[in-house]
Amino acid sequence: MGRSRHVLCHDGSVSAASPVEVEPTLTPDEITFLAKPWVTLVWDDPVNLMSYVAYVFQKYFGYDKAKSEKLMLEVHTEGRSVVSTGTREEMERDVQAMHEYGLWATMEKAS
Amino acid sequence: MSGFEHHRKSGAVIATFSGFEADLLRSLASQMVELLRNERAEPAAPAADPFEAMMAEFSGATTIPEDPVLARLFPTAYPDDEEAASDFRRFTEGGLRDGKAAASGLIIDTLEDAGLPPELTEDGLVIDVELSRADAETWMRAFTDIRLALATRLGVKAGDEDYWHSLPDDDPRAQAHDIYEWVGYLQETIIEALTS
Repeated sequence: MGRSRHVLCHDGSVSAASPVEVEPTLTPDEITFLAKPWVTLVWDDPVNLMSYVAYVFQKYFGYDKAKSEKLMLEVHTEGRSVVSTGTREEMERDVQAMHEYGLWATMEKAS
Repeated sequence: MSGFEHHRKSGAVIATFSGFEADLLRSLASQMVELLRNERAEPAAPAADPFEAMMAEFSGATTIPEDPVLARLFPTAYPDDEEAASDFRRFTEGGLRDGKAAASGLIIDTLEDAGLPPELTEDGLVIDVELSRADAETWMRAFTDIRLALATRLGVKAGDEDYWHSLPDDDPRAQAHDIYEWVGYLQETIIEALTS
């Protein structure tokens, strides 16, 4: 929430938003960054085809071919890969989507 | 056995199956639908309190499914937080089950619309399938579920191809593994058709 935001009250008068002080030197991007401590992990399994996993990353996350293949190879060789970062709610959506595609995905707080 | 191709003129993803192949795909897809609907998404332990028991029917599953196939299809999202994992399962598993059942259902409907009779009796039947891109992606997802189910039942591990190929041809597990590989081949050709 921006620090200069005001809300409209029932009686029509304008008052300041809740008195929570936001560090005035932070830009909106930095605030978003601070609120993004979660990651979605995809784990290796012996079933899913490499081409399929790369296709899913391209299709769902909109990553280009090179990035999708890099992440897929990371899953394959290292056993897991961080495929997205964001808020807890965003990561729940991503994990659910990965399960829809049959990928083995979990989420956790970014370390 | 030829798999899927991208039809340049129409943009569709097409394949031709023998009656036997189409019947086999329908059978796999039907088993998938049955599995997804059989063990209902319900809390494992029945609640002692009748009100709680009634309320539990309105919410989704909170514990990992007992069937290993379902446990693989619906993994635990939060490995280190049981409560968050239960909540995630309650809010997602029902919808995921419906989506997966619908995907396998599309395979059945498409094959039957393309002329596969309820009982396969005639020899030399040929089933031509023509899929939009969206439907091809749904088939691709359903193939994943079918492959995960077969692999879980068989106990497929990374790099175990030699073991499966060493089994005698009449071993039912070898036959199931052949089907698993065939569905993998079909999936690979759908991906090629979608990316060409």
